[in-house]
Amino acid sequence: MAGELLVVAEILDGGLRPVSLELVSEARRLADAAGGTVGVAVLEDAEKHAPDLAAYGADCVYALPGAARAEVSALEALAREVAPRAILLPASAFGSDVAAALAVRLGAGLATNCLSLEAAGDTLVPTRPMYAGKVVATVTTKTTPVLLTARPRVFSLGVPQQGRAAQVVARPAPTPTAHEAAVELLQVIKAERAELDIAEAEVIVSGGRGLGGPEPFAMLRDLARLLGGAVGASRAAVDAGWMPHARQVGQTGKTVSPRLYVAVGISGAIQHLVGMSSSQVIVAINKDPEAPIFTKCDYGILGDCFEVVPSLIEELKRAGVGE
Amino acid sequence: MEIVVCIKQVPDTAAEIIPTPDGTAIRTEGIPWVMNPYDEYALEEALRIKERLGGTVTALCLGPESAASTLRTGAAMGADNLVHLADPAFEGSDPHAAAQALAAALRGMKCDLIWCGKLAVDDCSGYVGTALAELLGLPHISAVIKVELEAGKVVAHRETEAGTAVVSCPLPAVLTAEKGLNEPRYPKALDIMKAKRKDLQTVTAADLGLSPERVGAAGALTRVTKFERPPERGGGRVIEAPTAEAVEQLVAALRQEAKVL
Repeated sequence: MAGELLVVAEILDGGLRPVSLELVSEARRLADAAGGTVGVAVLEDAEKHAPDLAAYGADCVYALPGAARAEVSALEALAREVAPRAILLPASAFGSDVAAALAVRLGAGLATNCLSLEAAGDTLVPTRPMYAGKVVATVTTKTTPVLLTARPRVFSLGVPQQGRAAQVVARPAPTPTAHEAAVELLQVIKAERAELDIAEAEVIVSGGRGLGGPEPFAMLRDLARLLGGAVGASRAAVDAGWMPHARQVGQTGKTVSPRLYVAVGISGAIQHLVGMSSSQVIVAINKDPEAPIFTKCDYGILGDCFEVVPSLIEELKRAGVGE
Repeated sequence: MEIVVCIKQVPDTAAEIIPTPDGTAIRTEGIPWVMNPYDEYALEEALRIKERLGGTVTALCLGPESAASTLRTGAAMGADNLVHLADPAFEGSDPHAAAQALAAALRGMKCDLIWCGKLAVDDCSGYVGTALAELLGLPHISAVIKVELEAGKVVAHRETEAGTAVVSCPLPAVLTAEKGLNEPRYPKALDIMKAKRKDLQTVTAADLGLSPERVGAAGALTRVTKFERPPERGGGRVIEAPTAEAVEQLVAALRQEAKVL
């Protein structure tokens, strides 16, 4: 596969979001196996981020400064110049919007929320979830480039090579289209507590209806902190107002792929399972022996979560985990 | 305000979705069909805006014959006009081909505001709303959880990785609805009855001036070549022991077996 795989990096609070490096790592793996080069488009502070991008496999970093409110136009111009085989973007609020608009501009096929990528001839063939994760679809496209988005933690980070260098190439700020420029960001209201985005968390401790109210989530926070993770919630807990929607895991919430997922007082309805079934290890704590989650977990404890969770915290401390 | 809401008929989210034995399609027998939940949020918001500011709400649906029932559900909720893009030529559309057809229809309609759901729960692409905006040259704000309209412009809240973004753009615009925007109304039995007799405008590809190669499977840029069930999980170990012992076993297993601690 000749040609370039172009990754669009995402910056948050001045830093590269981990998903950016995951996409670069995957592009590197594909280029190493099937040929081609890896380019990364960076919309701010390219010089600052280039060393990290290079370490994970970028051959070339395209600096697109001043592209705020003209991201799609900037990437369209770059794509027409570079003619990549594929463009990989994060499946985030930013990446999903850009990917859809860019796909229209380029007349390109788009596959969102990809689970895997395979090199096939001169293109990449993704698999992606459909029907809220009940089915995995293999998608082919008849265009070049093909546009692909992926969520955090779907692709693993490669081994960074500190000595690797990437060329940094500047591109001029584009003229936005009228409709692009018409959208104005007025402000960003940050979450009160600076908590880890569950989509990026390595460990998630989630609470459901079984917790009975918002206060017991405090013990889940303690457990999550010990495990170096974030707190999630089932739809029941969110609908009851115990947790914000940003923490909801499941079909109408977020899809997560942590190393460890601990489901506390969650029955395991299919709509929840589809949001966390790609977790590496699932632990369930529930007092209902019939709870469906017990048929999907790797380890389960049948018991009252108000006894089990504090006891688990004590045992983890005793065993020297965390702190 | 002239508002158009794009709605889609999808399988009920509780339905079992099973690939055919050869994996090239999904078995559709016995599936209950409903309005895409995200389109319900979109339609509900459109109706609330109309109730505040006046105007009309048109429900626009690209789908097979059976999708007419979803349009009638829209009417029962309060949509004034129903437009059904129904044509065998539309079969096999991917999100791109669907966006092309919907955009062609929208170009012929007066729209101050176009609503879509953030995504459809069958293909889960989340592409059509933003694509429509791009095809029509309109500003868009996607996945909105709160909307305010003021003097020819919209101010919307949306969740992003950075926090809740407050975004504005002038009308006409495309908005896509996220869960949490509102609680959709349940149509009353009387309105459901009335909706059965409501006029429904059927539009074909030819009506929209769309040639066969731009629509349906021919116009699709992507194609699903295989459907598979995801790998099954389970076969795990449920520890039934007094709490202190159970957590000890669990921590040991997570460390030594699963190696995640």
